[in-house]
Amino acid sequence: MLSYFFRRFGQAIFVILAMIVLVFFGVNVVGDPIWMLISPEMDQQAIAATAAALGLDKPIGEQFFFFIKGLFQGDLGRSFVHGEPAILLILGRMGATMELAIAALLMAIIIGLPLGMYAGLHPDRRASRTIMAGSILGFSLPTFWVGLMLIMIFSVMIGWLPASGRGPTDTVLGIQTSLLSLEGWRHIALPALNLALLKISLMIRLARSGTREAMSMDYVKFARAKGLKESVIIRVHILKNILIPIVTVLGLEFGSLVAFSVVTETIFSWPGMGKLLLEAIQRLDRPVIVAYVMVVVVLFVFINLIIDILYSVLDPRVRLTEAKA
Amino acid sequence: MSRLLSFFRASLISCMALGSVMVHAQQELRIGVSAEPSSIDPHYHNLGPNNSLARHVFEPLVGQDPSQQLIPGLAQSWQTLNETTWEFKLRNNARFANGRPVTVEDVIASFRRAPNVPRSPASFAQFLTGMTFEQGADNKTILVKTSSPAPLVPTNLSVIAIMSKDCAEKLSTEDFNAARCDGGSGPYRFTEFKPGDRTVLERNPNYDGARPSWDKVTVRYLTSGPARVAALLAGDVDVIDNIPPADIAKLRGNANFTIAETLSNRVIYLHMDQFRENSPFITAKGGSPIKNPLRELRVRQALSMAINRQAIVDRIMDKAAVPAEQVLAKNFFGTSQKLQPSKFDLKAAQGLLADAGYKNGFKLKIHGPAGRYTNDTQIIEAIAQMFTRLGLEVEIETMPPANFFSRASTGANGLPEFSMILAGWGAGTGETSGSLRSLMGTVDKAKGSGAANRGRFSNAKLDSTLDIALATVDDKKRASLLAEASEIAFNDLGIIPVHYQTNVWASRKGLAVEARADEYTLAHKIKRQ
Repeated sequence: MLSYFFRRFGQAIFVILAMIVLVFFGVNVVGDPIWMLISPEMDQQAIAATAAALGLDKPIGEQFFFFIKGLFQGDLGRSFVHGEPAILLILGRMGATMELAIAALLMAIIIGLPLGMYAGLHPDRRASRTIMAGSILGFSLPTFWVGLMLIMIFSVMIGWLPASGRGPTDTVLGIQTSLLSLEGWRHIALPALNLALLKISLMIRLARSGTREAMSMDYVKFARAKGLKESVIIRVHILKNILIPIVTVLGLEFGSLVAFSVVTETIFSWPGMGKLLLEAIQRLDRPVIVAYVMVVVVLFVFINLIIDILYSVLDPRVRLTEAKA
Repeated sequence: MSRLLSFFRASLISCMALGSVMVHAQQELRIGVSAEPSSIDPHYHNLGPNNSLARHVFEPLVGQDPSQQLIPGLAQSWQTLNETTWEFKLRNNARFANGRPVTVEDVIASFRRAPNVPRSPASFAQFLTGMTFEQGADNKTILVKTSSPAPLVPTNLSVIAIMSKDCAEKLSTEDFNAARCDGGSGPYRFTEFKPGDRTVLERNPNYDGARPSWDKVTVRYLTSGPARVAALLAGDVDVIDNIPPADIAKLRGNANFTIAETLSNRVIYLHMDQFRENSPFITAKGGSPIKNPLRELRVRQALSMAINRQAIVDRIMDKAAVPAEQVLAKNFFGTSQKLQPSKFDLKAAQGLLADAGYKNGFKLKIHGPAGRYTNDTQIIEAIAQMFTRLGLEVEIETMPPANFFSRASTGANGLPEFSMILAGWGAGTGETSGSLRSLMGTVDKAKGSGAANRGRFSNAKLDSTLDIALATVDDKKRASLLAEASEIAFNDLGIIPVHYQTNVWASRKGLAVEARADEYTLAHKIKRQ
């Protein structure tokens, strides 16, 4: 067990290092950040002085060396644009993104699971076909378009919900959250729905196929023959069994919700780290991009680890030492 | 019965409460802007959104009116004592938000801090080079001395925010971002800065100028254009800036909203390779190398005449632009009243091209940024088609700004990489000298000339006229010298101007927004009608 964790840890370090090298030199290939930072009216000497102050006048190899040196001293570098430590900028925005991702995940479960199970239990009903057709739409419609449509319908035309931004935040246990007030939920409803749309569809499909498979199992037939109520069969014998693969997939999807909320955050002006990343890429704010990638890699490794552990808990046949083979 | 009565009472109270909330809400102005500041430290980053926000809290000595003419700021008047000494007199009643009066000490401390903010990505240093400061007759009079005649002293000082000595000497950029500075003399003070989300300001009770209409101002950052418009339509915000051209007509036709617009200080132009004997993206139509035709004035004239500027303005910019003939429109300082936009005349253009020896045209690739300027890619596509009608074979390539500006500046071993680019230029100081010098002055690092000259255009007469103008303190003489310099530059087509952008704001009905050339959205200039 312990050696498994060490191996996992080692793999994570390797992935992070590889990502750092890729991103660091990748940004350099795109362009020299200095041209995105300066005011166009600056003269050559002022530009050169700025480049020197930010270390951008040195060859890229040397810049990389200094970055790695800083890394070993626990310093991920400061944002070129904001002048603040990159990791603090990202952590400062992480709460908003986490909140959005959790709300989206909840929506995916609350909406997707019942619909999917319904479609699985009654595959021939018209309502089921409608649900399945709807899930195809959820897969295929582009997020930015759906986002704008949601805003147009629910904010501009009907006027129920605000068009953008995050609600007022409260601090609970040191974490800032907007989910404690009605206003906060009104703000998060549309962006979370937009972000959840794809996951709802995924959930419907997973739940439906899982349910259909379980329906044909002997234990369900036996339960039915025993005369159990349909609701008990669904809850105890079907739901519990289809939950294992769903937990796995949702865990991974949570990571992608956090990492790729960029589009939704931009359309709804949600002050999360996706929006920060987009701005950093546009301005070639390399320290922020590198730090973001590191945070996301750590997040993914961490989530994977938890899923593996959960898996071994849920299904005794799975052992964590299997990776050896 | 008593239960019914108490229900009525309760609902009455809640109605009153609601009423007071609504009255209170009217004292608050909510603005949605397209670009986010990198900091609220007014000396950290010379960037439009930062400066726009800073103007609410920190005043410069000299202000700029909506068309960027100089007006009194923290200084009520200024004059030259001799060729190299300027005297500024501070407003007598000016006070900081903490109640302390503004003195020369504070001004000098601010000028000392502005050029030396650590890690500044775009420092204010160059606006203060060569100046020394000392107290004049009293602590409300400041003398600015320069080594040589410097007519731009008031212009340069109009971009430097003044803060209290305490803020200037003790606070770091992080402290400013945490709203710890109470030493601004403007109509507002910062209460909260949430990067990526909003900045909140409240009225400065000690401000000695006209009381602004709003007690509280929330500036929200809505970077996506359609989302910004939707936020206004939904009533989330009262005012938005930078309206996407496609939405202007729709908002104009809606009686619930008001549009405010003005000519900007930004010109969209073509820069041409004029320094290479053989330009990398120009060949004969068959692909064989030819001499760089862009060095020939008649070719540049032909290209300029082949552009149908009015069509670009009407169809691509949805009329949110005006055909351009120089770096700034004619109402700005130092512009030429004689220059006119090149008239669209395909026949004459073809004639000029033939005279220059390019009867059969040539092959040209135009590069440009995608998403840096309003509709930039479409403008390049249109120009490419117009050049094709002229008889050239034109290809285009647009790329992300981060990629484009790097390559266009130093892509070919430290030299500009492209043969022809589309770019934009905003004159932050609101007069022509800086723009002419950066865009078309001969590249000279020591002199600081030609810093943005990505075509390496060079005209000795332009350089010398600019040199004289920049040493002429008399405003009238300098204006006419700069007009002359503009004529030299644009008769020689150092760059081909296409159009001036229009800045457009929209607000809910009942608000009057001051439309400004510098793109600043100033809450204290937004009034109830």
